[in-house]
Order: sequence, then structure tokens, then C-alpha cells
Amino acid sequence: MSQTISLKLRVWRQNGPDDAGRFENFDLADVPTDLSFLEMLDMLNEQILQAGGDPIVFDHDCREGICGSCGFMIDGQAHGPERGTTVCQLHMRHYQNGDTVVLEPWRATAFPIFKDLMVDRSAFDAIQQAGGYISVNCGNAPDANSVPVGKEEASDAFESAVCVGCGACVASCKNASASLFTGAKINHLANLPQGRPEAARRAIRMVETMEDRGFGACSNTLECEAACPKEISIKVIQKMNREYLFAKLTHPTD
Amino acid sequence: MIRDLDGKCPSGALADRWAKYKAEAKLVGPINRRKYEVIIVGTGLAGSSAASTLAEQGYKVKAFCFHGSARRAHSIAAQGGINAAKNYQNDNASIFRLYYDTIKGGDFRSRESNTYRLAEVSANIIDQAVAQGVPFAREYGGTLANRTFGGVLVSRTFYAAGQTGQQLLLGAYSGLMRQVDCGQVEMHTMRDMLDVIVVDGKARGIVTRNLVTGELETHLADAVLLCTGGYSNVYFLSTNAMKSNVTATWRAARRGAYFSNPCYTQIHPTCIPAHGDHQSKLTLMSESLRNSGRVWVPAAPGDTRAPSQIPESERDYYLERKYPTFGNMVPRDVASRNAKYACDEGKSVVPGQRAVYLDFKDAIARDGRDSVEERYGNLFHMYQKITGQNPYERPMQIYPAPHYTMGGLWVDYNLMSNIPGLFVLGEANFSDHGANRLGASALMQGLADGYFVIPYTLAGYLAGEQFEPVSPSDHAVTGTLEETRERIDGLVTCGGSRSADSFHRDLGLKMLDEVGMSRTKAGLEGTVEHIRNLRAEFKENLNVPGSADGLNPELEKALRVADFLEFAEVMTLDALTREESCGGHFREEYQTDGGEAKRDDENFTHVAAWEYRGESEAPIRHQEQLEFTEVMPSQRSYK
Repeated sequence: MSQTISLKLRVWRQNGPDDAGRFENFDLADVPTDLSFLEMLDMLNEQILQAGGDPIVFDHDCREGICGSCGFMIDGQAHGPERGTTVCQLHMRHYQNGDTVVLEPWRATAFPIFKDLMVDRSAFDAIQQAGGYISVNCGNAPDANSVPVGKEEASDAFESAVCVGCGACVASCKNASASLFTGAKINHLANLPQGRPEAARRAIRMVETMEDRGFGACSNTLECEAACPKEISIKVIQKMNREYLFAKLTHPTD
Repeated sequence: MIRDLDGKCPSGALADRWAKYKAEAKLVGPINRRKYEVIIVGTGLAGSSAASTLAEQGYKVKAFCFHGSARRAHSIAAQGGINAAKNYQNDNASIFRLYYDTIKGGDFRSRESNTYRLAEVSANIIDQAVAQGVPFAREYGGTLANRTFGGVLVSRTFYAAGQTGQQLLLGAYSGLMRQVDCGQVEMHTMRDMLDVIVVDGKARGIVTRNLVTGELETHLADAVLLCTGGYSNVYFLSTNAMKSNVTATWRAARRGAYFSNPCYTQIHPTCIPAHGDHQSKLTLMSESLRNSGRVWVPAAPGDTRAPSQIPESERDYYLERKYPTFGNMVPRDVASRNAKYACDEGKSVVPGQRAVYLDFKDAIARDGRDSVEERYGNLFHMYQKITGQNPYERPMQIYPAPHYTMGGLWVDYNLMSNIPGLFVLGEANFSDHGANRLGASALMQGLADGYFVIPYTLAGYLAGEQFEPVSPSDHAVTGTLEETRERIDGLVTCGGSRSADSFHRDLGLKMLDEVGMSRTKAGLEGTVEHIRNLRAEFKENLNVPGSADGLNPELEKALRVADFLEFAEVMTLDALTREESCGGHFREEYQTDGGEAKRDDENFTHVAAWEYRGESEAPIRHQEQLEFTEVMPSQRSYK
């Protein structure tokens, strides 16, 4: 049966990118432990609303860990303490009565703050637009079984393709690097035969767009891998670097 | 009742109709396409695929979504798979069989021409997705793998572990991002569409709210495509994402578009059961799990023993018992209804709540734990995260939950509503699934509409019409904008004490009880009253904090709940006036001796299409007669 706990919450409040921002403290009682973390925040917001205050803004939608909308720092960890878990799939049974929990937004130059815990991640779309696709117009495709893809290559591509674009890798990196995200996108397509014709150009454009959009260089500290809710391996960064280097050598003018 | 609607389907043999349509369709030449602007609202599978495909052909596309990125649309949450008439398994899958299964699965309440076309283009979708780099599951030889789904006796479902929706959407999204990169698509994220602009009887634009700045904007074009999904969030709770809503389609309905069969909703059989008062949504467990899992309850009511303590002889595998041919793979409406019956008989496996078991013990013993993990690992992982229980060791507890809506805006064979220039794609339209949708068909329909239908039908419309430029100062444009502003002001200045969420909850629980899996005349009549009272209270007692000038999620919710409160009444009226049971629409008064849905083909072989007549007038129920030439309606049997 579900138990209830009381919590102290310290939440970052910021009215927009130009506001300085500050922490605000809240007490929340009678939280059932079978709630998800976001349902706990819904409860807090209802309490704030009834008291005439301004509810805390956080991004969310599917609450099944797949749309990638949610995400913020909980006690300094992206998506909180559970491995391989988005905030929406984190449950309050992992907390004790009387715990103090600190919530902060993703902090990165490339992710300006919309409000409170919600940030603008359109820089990820910009990276995707820089070649994160296979140029095939609808109607051109050959029969799906005409190009066999080995199970291992297909699995490797899939393991990169599971990225939900949440930004935890950026938020957890001391350089705010988007290498895990960009590496996953590059590796997904580079592993498939249909992705090879554009691989060199794709690697160059995506890596350079990542740098242009204000993401830092890879810090080599592996924090991104630990924070990734889909547990994407940092091997994708090594592969990205290899693709990029090879592309620069073979396509020096791109 | 007015039998006046014409679906504009081609005549002739069913299998030849789409080819005939295409042969006769008007075209827009490659040079002229850039002269046309097209607005696409929503970037799920239907919206993203339509946007990329039309942009590739040369049209100027403006795409809109309310998320921060087009990739976050709710199509992304689809788990199990996508059907296609490929017959890669050599087990007698075919276009005809996919059509037949879909029309039978929909309980003979869908339009046969549309359903056949869907089956016909299904194979092309897989080709397109693979070419884009969608990493479907494969065999060791490098070919694509398949599995089977409910209501079907062949293996024709393609999948990518338990996240087929995300992988297909990322494919369509990458195509869309490519067109943004090429300058062919103008992408507008963080925009809520709040109204359709109709000029001289044609859809020519939309009103949006910039969710970051709060600014109201108008956007104009030659055609508008709504790809805005379904309305399961009229219920509380559902498996839909928190922001999924009926606003785009309901606002179009208020501008004159007919809303069809709103009472056809799908309550998906395998979801994690509801618990507690603060829960925000329900989570689906893919239908694909029924490939390996066995559904059961204790044979005796009130048996509270742990599942491992209940011997085989004292279990009731009720789907296998009642439907030996299809067993655990009966269609969703049948599986859901039977879970309800089991719990109504007091056989719930969780005291005080409603749940049945989905047990993998036999599959693990037969195929090994590794094999089960490879197929369903991420679903088991998700189940364990949410419930804290290990499904490898203890059967899953599941119960039906609202998941998909077959009803939607009325469209003809061109996917155009009765408002010229307003097209409706994917779950937002009504046409292909009838009264019940088979598994792995939603992804198929969204992509069929966007990749392979709209490019042909939109060209026909554009080539056949003259378009005068619309001035931003046109009365229709400024008037629609002004009405939207007044609507928002009314919500922000209401000054009451109840949150939008609390109204949503009140409405949604009533809808679940009375317009959910089982419906009665008395219950539906009472629901109409309940909705009207709630709507009146909403106008007086809503609390929206803050202003409309910036990011305000409470205002976004209030706008959505306001539309659900209006829409719910039409949905209930539709359930009340359809005096038969079919598919997911189950009226207790109309059932067979065995408790199956009993249709009334003589009086109800038609599509209902509701015309909105204003807040104080009753809507008009139009009809489109359904015709069947290849498969004659019969009592569905899955025994």
C-alpha cells in the first residue's frame, strides 16, 4: 500500500532569460509515495494555485519517458537519482519523509531559460537540420527488404536512435557539450547502408553546427552517459569523432 | 436526420478505385507548386509526413506545433508496431486481408474505399521508413522481422522494439528537418492553434498563440491541414500525453466543419491500472505483449491469494476459454469489455481496484527469459519503474484505459472536410477505423495520409480552385483574431477558485463512467445535464493565475478544458442517438446473449456527422450512408 511523506522543496524561479532568478522554498505534506515526481509537482502547483501564487513552470507531456519534454536537475543530478530514468518516470518511493529536494533547470548557454524549470532546446533541432537525415524523397524508396542490414548493425543503429532529445547530456556536462546527442544522431544513420552516401557531409555539418550553437567541447568526464535516461553509450562520441576526422580528411573543403 | 453527405468515393471495383482516382485527378505542375502555401497544424506522424512530402514536391509549407520541438508529438509514444501488406512471412498476408481485417475489426462502420486505400498504400510506408533510416527489428539474415497483433491471423506487423512510434516519428521528423534545412518549410514551434480562418467559405488560415510571448498571430495560406490527433483526454485518465486536446478540431467544428462519430472511442485493454487521486495519466502496455502473455483472473470471486498460490485449475483464462480461435489476440474492444466483465464479477486481482493479470510465466518457460527480454525489455522495464513490481517474476496487473479515438472531423475521400480547403489527416479524421481500430493501424493511417494520400488529393483541390490573395486586414481575419482575444480575456479575468485541472477531472471521470466502455440511455442523458452544469460553473468559477502576456501553462490548460466541455456534449449526444452497439460503442440495451456488441444494420449503417449550430441551439445530425461491396456486414466472431 502507498505511504505518504512530507518534503521540503527548493525550486529555482526565473521569469525569463533576462531575469536574475532565485530559489524559493516550499513545504509539501501528504505526498503518496506511488506518485511520479511530476505528479508531486502537480500537487505542489495545485497548493500554490489555491494560495494565490504563480505555479512552477516545467516542461512535460507524455509522462512515459519517450517524448523527451521533461527534465531538470534534482539535487544536482539530471533527471534525479535513478539511472536510466526520465523525471516523469521517477517515483516518490525513492524519497524519505522529511527530505529536502533541490530543483534547478538545465543550465547551458545553448539552452536559454523560458521560465523556471523550462528551457529552450531549439538548438537540438538546429543540429538535426544540419544533415541529421537521409535525403530520400517520398516515393523514391526501393522495397524495404532489397537492402539487407545485419542484425548487429541494425541493433547498433537502434541503440543510438533511442535518444529522446531531452538535453540531460548537456546539462550534466561541465562544458555543456552536446556530443552525446550529436554522436547518437550521427551514429544512428552512419551505421545503416542507406545513411552512408551522406555520412561525411553529415558529420562535418552536424559537429560544426553543434559548436556554432554554443555547446562546449566534450569534457571526457562521462557524466553524459551516466545521466542519459536512455543509457546511450559514450561510444557514440568516439564514433562521431572518427566520422568527423575521416570526413575532414576526405572532404577538406566541406 | 439528414442523409445528405457524399464521401465522393470513386465508383467501380474496390481494388481499382484509388488507381482510377489518381488517373483522373487534376495536377499542379512542378513550376506552379511554389505559388501555393499550405498550413499544417501538428507534427506527429500525419503532420510531419505531410509537411515533408508536400515540401519535397515544391509547395511552400508552414508547419505548427505546440511543443518546443516537432519531435515531441504524441505519435512518439506508440509502442507496438505498424501493419503493412507485405507478406514477407509467406503466411497469406495481402492487401485484401489487411482491408478485410480492418473493416471487420471496425465492426463495419468505416468507409470501405478509404479502408481499402489504406491497405493498398501500407506497403509503401515500410519502404519509405526503411529508406529514411528507421531501425526496424531485423532477422540475422538482415531482412525485416514481423509479429502479429490483435484481431488478426497473420504476422504483418513491423516494429522497433517497444518504441515503433518514436522511430517512425524520428524518420518523418528527419524528413521535415531536411525540408526546413532546404528552406521549403517554415517551422513554428511553441504555437497553439486556437481557430481556423474561413474566408468566402474556404479555409484560408489559422489563429495561433505564441506560447512563449503570449502573442496572438494570424497565418494565411491556400489550404489548411489539421493533423492534430485525437480527443481521448476528454476522459480522466487516459494514456494520451498531458497536452493532447480537441481544440483544433473542435474550433474547426465551430466554424462549420462536421464532427463525425465522436462516440467511437477506443479503451485499450492493457494499461497499468489507475491508483490514487493525484495520478496524472495512465500508461499503456503494448498490445504486442498479448503475443506472449496470457490474460487470467481467479476462477472464484474474491480470491485474494498471491498469483503464485493460485493453481492452474483455479484460474480462468477467460479470453482463451471464450475465444479459442483468437484467444488472447482478440481485438481491443472485445478484450477490454471482457476485463470489465471479470472485474464486475468480483474477480479483480487487486482488492478495492480493478485489474486482471497478464502473465508471462509460460512464455518465459517456453522461449527463455532472454528471448522475452529482447522482445519486450523496455516495456517490462517501464512497468517495473511505475509499479515497483518485477513482471518477470509476478504477472503484470492491467486494466483498460482510453487510448485512441476513431471519431474525428468528417472528411471525404480526398481527406477534405465539408469546409473547402480544410483537410484533416491521421487520428483527427474519422474515416478508416470505424467503431474500433485494430492494433498497429494508427501509425499506418497517419503515415498513409501524409506520405501517400494528401499529395494527390491536395493537388486536385488546388488545381481546381481560384485563389484570391487574402489581406491580413480582411474582416474574417481580424474578426477571428478578435474573437480569440475575447475568449482568452474571459478565462484570465474569470477570478474564480477552481483550477482548470479540477474541472477536467470532474468532466473526465463522468465521461469515463457513462460514455466509456459501457453506456446506457439513462446514464447518457444524465451526463448531458452534468456537462451543462459543469460548463456553467466553469464560466463563473475558473481560476487562471497570471496574465495572457507570456508563458502560462494554466491558461493553456483552461483553453483546452473549455473546448472539452463543449465537445463532450456532442460526444454524449452521439452515443445517445446511436441506438445500437458496435465496436467500442457498447450500449447495454443492445447486446447478444453472449454479451457481444449487437449492431442494427438496418438503421445505423451510416456515419453520423454533427453540425454545430451555436451555444444555444442543438446541433444537427447529418448522415453519410455506408456501402459495402466486397465484404458484407456480419456479426463479428472471434471464437
